[in-house]
Amino acid sequence: MLSIYITSFIVGGLICVVGQLMMDVGKLTPAHTLCTLVVVGSILDGFGLYEPLIDFAGTGATIPITSFGNALTHGALAEAEKHGVVGVLTGMFEVTSSGISAAIVFGFIASLIFKSKGTI
Amino acid sequence: MVEKRGLLTFNSKPVIASTGVTMGPLEMKKSPFGKYADKGYDDERCGLKTNEQGHAKMMEDACMIALSKVDKTPSDADFVLMGDLVNEMTPSNFCASTIGIPFVGLFSACATSISSLLTAALLTEAGMSKLSLAGSSSQHNAIERQFRYPLQYGSQKAATAQWTASAAGVATVIPYIEGAPVITCGTIGIVQDMGLTDPLNMGAAMAPAAADTFKRHLEGHGTTLEDYDLVMTGDLGKIGFELFRTLLDQWEYNTGNTLRDAGAEFYGKHPEFLAGASGSGCSASAYLSEVYDKMLAGQLKRVLLIATGSLMSPLSYQQGDTIPCIAHAVEIQMK
Amino acid sequence: MNEKKYQQLEQQITPKPPYVKNCLTAFLTGGAICLVGQFVALFYITFFDFTERTASNPTVATMIFLAMLLTGFGYYKKIAQFGGAGSAVPITGFGNAVISSAIEHKSEGYVLGVGGNMFKLAGSVILFGVFSAFVVALIKAILVGLGVVSW
Repeated sequence: MLSIYITSFIVGGLICVVGQLMMDVGKLTPAHTLCTLVVVGSILDGFGLYEPLIDFAGTGATIPITSFGNALTHGALAEAEKHGVVGVLTGMFEVTSSGISAAIVFGFIASLIFKSKGTI
Repeated sequence: MVEKRGLLTFNSKPVIASTGVTMGPLEMKKSPFGKYADKGYDDERCGLKTNEQGHAKMMEDACMIALSKVDKTPSDADFVLMGDLVNEMTPSNFCASTIGIPFVGLFSACATSISSLLTAALLTEAGMSKLSLAGSSSQHNAIERQFRYPLQYGSQKAATAQWTASAAGVATVIPYIEGAPVITCGTIGIVQDMGLTDPLNMGAAMAPAAADTFKRHLEGHGTTLEDYDLVMTGDLGKIGFELFRTLLDQWEYNTGNTLRDAGAEFYGKHPEFLAGASGSGCSASAYLSEVYDKMLAGQLKRVLLIATGSLMSPLSYQQGDTIPCIAHAVEIQMK
Repeated sequence: MNEKKYQQLEQQITPKPPYVKNCLTAFLTGGAICLVGQFVALFYITFFDFTERTASNPTVATMIFLAMLLTGFGYYKKIAQFGGAGSAVPITGFGNAVISSAIEHKSEGYVLGVGGNMFKLAGSVILFGVFSAFVVALIKAILVGLGVVSW
């Protein structure tokens, strides 16, 4: 039981270290780094490797941005399994990620209640 | 071969009769230049709705303060020369709209403090202006969101990053009178581009421009570094300033203790400001507060001020272009 | 002034990022955020009818809610200055990008300002996430159709 907390911390931390190296050494912008990681998450799910990672590391795999790519690919693959290639094309747009929805909703709410401040 | 272009000499000796310097709350609290400011604010919007409106207000107040110190009103002023970093210089435009003085907007990025001063001196030299206002300003929030990220965005800033200062500095320029610092000569910069592309290390991009203008000013006007009590660059920041010094050392100038950079000093020893301040208000407020006051007090007799600006835009950076930079210089003397 | 020579000088004088320190802080920050997420997931598993796999949806939404609070009160950027990628890579970083843009552009109104600019920073992640999912699923569906692999 305890082990999931340890693996979550370590795997989540390591994925972030990869991101940090991409920014510091690779000189990529945060946007480029995150896009790359999202695509990596997609590809890993294509190979069926991401779900086992989630089983092993729990939130250490679902919280990093790589899980976006995984969630979207997973949904698209589920549709494809039912309807074949056509399923990807038709089912693709039924899939949204809870993260994107949450960001939109809370982003708007935040704009209603918070004011932009320039503090250090 | 000495570059003779871009040199200005003001034989009629226009003077800076007064200055007005306003600063935002952070600057009043943390800047060693804060104690010289004429007016500070509790919030960066100056009680107005948007950052851009607050930006205009800081500039407007600086203009009014500078005028009031010589017992003049806006209707006495012949010209106002000013600019800022916001798109289309909107805050300066609205400020000009409020004060109702014939207005020429100028853009030299953070070097606008000097380019406006030189232009005012030129109008005075030409006998077409009895009283002109010259200055520039910047406001942290407005510029940060335009050039970099939304204020609450979590990005990890490198040691080379500079903090855009919320400040405005305005000078009144009039024909020669006794007892006021004289604008004797100046040098208009030539754009320098060393092929650097990192907008988060602007100091490094601007240092060559400062060095080039410095060299051209000294060679063109026939002066030496030892002639000056102070040579102060605008906002190279800690890293840019070190590069500037190194370039001058390589050219065998005896750099010694007379070199200072407003940006590197602007937030004193506070490490959270990383490489220091930037913004067109940084150099304007530093030059027109401490340096001007010290000249009036007789502590500085002959100074060379070199303001630097990086002439990129968020678009040019995204399109993969390099960062061209410019530096303008003005020499001021006090008998 | 020689361009190449100046660039070399600049490389010498400009301080390099503290690579090891940054990786360490990124590891700690990212790990901590994921750990908080694990406790949030535990909450949903214990008190609601979620399993380990299905808890990720409400967990992610909750983490973004927390990101909203931290962003709105100005704490997220302090975490980011310390943690770097450790705060940018977790989906809280995505949330922060959307939320900070939304807050910033309030001055231009809710339709043109907030609506029009909310995805300025995060839009590329959505684009590449959706498109890569599309491509991967398409390739796999074609390969399955050809009998090369199985679901």
